[in-house]
Amino acid sequence: MEPVSKDAGGLTSVPGLLHRNAQRFGTKPAYREKEFGIWQSWTWAETREEIRSLALGLLNLGAGPGDFIAIIGSNRPHLYWSMVASQMVGAIPVPVYQDSAAEEMAYVLDHCGARFVIAEDQEQVDKVIDVQEGLTNFEHMIYLDPRGMRKYDHSRLHDFAHVQEQGRAARDELSPELDRRIAGIGYDDTCVMLYTSGTTGKPKGVVLSNRNIIETSKNSSEFDHLGPGEEVLAYLPMAWVGDFIFSIGQAYWSGFCVNCPESAETMMTDLREIGPTYYFAPPRVFEGQLTTVMIRMEDAGKLKRWLFKTFMEHARKVGPMILDGKPVSAGDRLKYKLGDLCIYGPLKNTLGLSRVRVGYTAGEAIGPEIFDFYRSLGINLKQLYGQTEASVFITQQPDGEVRSDTVGVPSPGVEVKIAESGEVFYRGPGVFVEYYKNADSTASTKDAEGWVATGDAGFFEPDTGHLRIIDRAKDVGKMADGSLFAPKYVENKLKFFPNILEAVVFGNGRETCTAFINIDLNAVGNWAERNNIAYSSYQELAGHPQVLDTIQSHVEEVNRSVAEDEMLSGCQIHRFLILHKELDADDGEMTRTRKVRRKIIEEKFHDLITALYDGSDRIATRTEVTYEDGRKGYISATLDIRDAKVMPATTARVAAE
Amino acid sequence: MTGGMQMNAMTDQGGYVTEDGRKIGGVMMEMKNITLRFGGVVAIKDISFDIREGEIRAIIGPNGAGKSSMLNVISGFYNPQEGEVWFHGKRRAPMKPYQVAQQGIARTFQNIALFEGMTVLDNVMTGRLTQMKAGMAAQALWWGKAEREEVENREFVEKIIDFLEIQNIRKTPVARLPYGLKKRVELARALAAEPKLLLLDEPMAGMNVEEKEDMSRFILDVNDEFGTTIALIEHDMGVVMDLSDRVVVMDYGKKIGDGPPDEVRNNQDVIDAYLGVAHE
Repeated sequence: MEPVSKDAGGLTSVPGLLHRNAQRFGTKPAYREKEFGIWQSWTWAETREEIRSLALGLLNLGAGPGDFIAIIGSNRPHLYWSMVASQMVGAIPVPVYQDSAAEEMAYVLDHCGARFVIAEDQEQVDKVIDVQEGLTNFEHMIYLDPRGMRKYDHSRLHDFAHVQEQGRAARDELSPELDRRIAGIGYDDTCVMLYTSGTTGKPKGVVLSNRNIIETSKNSSEFDHLGPGEEVLAYLPMAWVGDFIFSIGQAYWSGFCVNCPESAETMMTDLREIGPTYYFAPPRVFEGQLTTVMIRMEDAGKLKRWLFKTFMEHARKVGPMILDGKPVSAGDRLKYKLGDLCIYGPLKNTLGLSRVRVGYTAGEAIGPEIFDFYRSLGINLKQLYGQTEASVFITQQPDGEVRSDTVGVPSPGVEVKIAESGEVFYRGPGVFVEYYKNADSTASTKDAEGWVATGDAGFFEPDTGHLRIIDRAKDVGKMADGSLFAPKYVENKLKFFPNILEAVVFGNGRETCTAFINIDLNAVGNWAERNNIAYSSYQELAGHPQVLDTIQSHVEEVNRSVAEDEMLSGCQIHRFLILHKELDADDGEMTRTRKVRRKIIEEKFHDLITALYDGSDRIATRTEVTYEDGRKGYISATLDIRDAKVMPATTARVAAE
Repeated sequence: MTGGMQMNAMTDQGGYVTEDGRKIGGVMMEMKNITLRFGGVVAIKDISFDIREGEIRAIIGPNGAGKSSMLNVISGFYNPQEGEVWFHGKRRAPMKPYQVAQQGIARTFQNIALFEGMTVLDNVMTGRLTQMKAGMAAQALWWGKAEREEVENREFVEKIIDFLEIQNIRKTPVARLPYGLKKRVELARALAAEPKLLLLDEPMAGMNVEEKEDMSRFILDVNDEFGTTIALIEHDMGVVMDLSDRVVVMDYGKKIGDGPPDEVRNNQDVIDAYLGVAHE
């Protein structure tokens, strides 16, 4: 295999790949977006034309090499084009999470010193206008949807279409300069800067070079045999590294089509209409879909329920084996075929997953039942383990070697080692250049030989060579008696119950473990509806005694399962409570990618933690909440604290049977 | 019906410019000494006011003040016993609802009046009925002109669906929607008729704060984007004062105030009507 860097075709940058695709796949769709109820599409040739017009327009506005251009909005072709157009003029695109509050946005824009902002609509423009006073480098803002901004001061504000028009008008004068800039893009120049949400502290700007992105896209595309015929649905935040790799890196490398949904709310409908062949979703999306299916099945008629149950049982038995190409008896195969006709096929179609050839989930551990459910339907769902700093891929599961409790083997070109402490390290072509303006963090994460610390503790299974992740290395602690404390391990087990949305386990340095629980309003709400339990809010439902009973039974089941593992049997939950509010990124309790921020939660709810350990039955508390528009308020509640049954570690195996 | 346009020269051309820089044009509709009775009950007593091109005009007042009756007079549903309604510089004769619609007036209702069993899309499409000219046979066969018309109108409706951000419920039957969304669908249907004058009867009644904010934004955007003149009735004073350019205040069928929000807010009669004083 020739390394791409030696390819003379100029495939050392995304604009270079664009040019190749426009020549090779000129009439094939590159982007589709559903608008006005119809899928509008752009071919690769049209895409190049659109992007070049925008790049000329940016030149016209004075964008130059080294400028940072922030891109804020939901997944839309125009915003993807904005990233490539930025690269064309030598600037660095910085996609920003569109749901960040104005202050969070201000931090990012100020930290990178963005000169330009390309924003989707009035909502995003307003946020930037709110904070623009403090931004020293900020000069121009370009918006996509002019609605509501007719009366805004347009001295620094530009309509996307106008910028393109001006670019087209100045084509003759500026084209040679643009071509010079494109030709000047080096393989080690910055391709994109992505801010990590950061479970602790301020977000860090991860600088990824063209080499990082293109080598990774090439390797991963080859790993899964991705070709120009793939269809993907781009619905995950553009500021997230995964979206950049899937919807730009791999899409441009392989020349496949990126489909953008009409709006966040129509995503499921759009998924069904497009029927992607390559699909990525975090576990919560798969969980959500499964919960919806189960809820709807409970409302179905007797015959349908029987059919579903019978065939799903069969699918669980033989489905994953058929998918992995293992031997299965002819009778079972026939029954599976029949099930495919009656149940699996229509169900996959409803879920929009009929055509999925390669599916990935990552970001969090996925429940084994959930994972097996999709695989048993014949969907090739796999796991990968990755980070922004690695340009996503560290390990991934090859076809036919898929399991719910491992994250696979090292990705092509990536080396992985486990340190003494159990922490996982990796190095490879995708390893980031640096954290922008943060040499200290860069030095403490990446050593001189290029090894990067993941911050996760894990080990390789001796017989399969697959990596298993236990927990965040810094979260792994010791209980008072010296036994291992791995909160995430327990939390994940809890979260595998559809009724539990989120869990936070405490116990580092203490005698026993305790937990906060967030119920899943969808699942528990549906249960309440069917049992005629009236409730008006999350808080009310969370405090219902029957809900507490149910959660208690889940906690006790988890205790039984935890007790089986000798190393971790100390992590059984002795006491728990159901929180009166959902943990929320707006309140800083979670990251934008929905990972819990332990420290902040510990500080914010210290009164509740004290109550969990001092033996009291209930606790009154008052919590500050932030509304979506940034205003603050308080909610008060009295929470019940429950004791859960704990298994003695020695008899665990017997009890679990 | 087009004759009215040529008569525009007769109307008062003196518009004004709002605080946020919108240009308000000449008088679009003028109510002259309107009195409306139901048997012995006088619902509206000798009221005069005007609505100008491009403005957001609110009618407020306590319960039973005659606001909805006034809106029904504007929409031509009620014919006042006394007084004249002038529209585009022309005195308006009593007319049928479909004639009102053809004149470019559309409305929403206080108690939602949608076709509950039909989808959102179909409901909004009914707003385009005045634009469809194909004959029954052609429509039944969906052939020729009927097909072209349907495609054109669907495109227009899709733009409104996009504008009001209801793409995700496009194919949902209205009966399954929550109240706040039904109100938005009603607004969509009214907009589908491409009205020059849009009448909103309590567009925010029964909504929570967030829904009210959304609806306010849509009303402002409609006015801004399509230049639609809007007359609305609303109870929420905060909303009215924020949204409207000029406000008519009614109490017991009489007009007790008329002017920009700030002026009306400080009007003693208005304060009395809202806070309550003894009526002789």
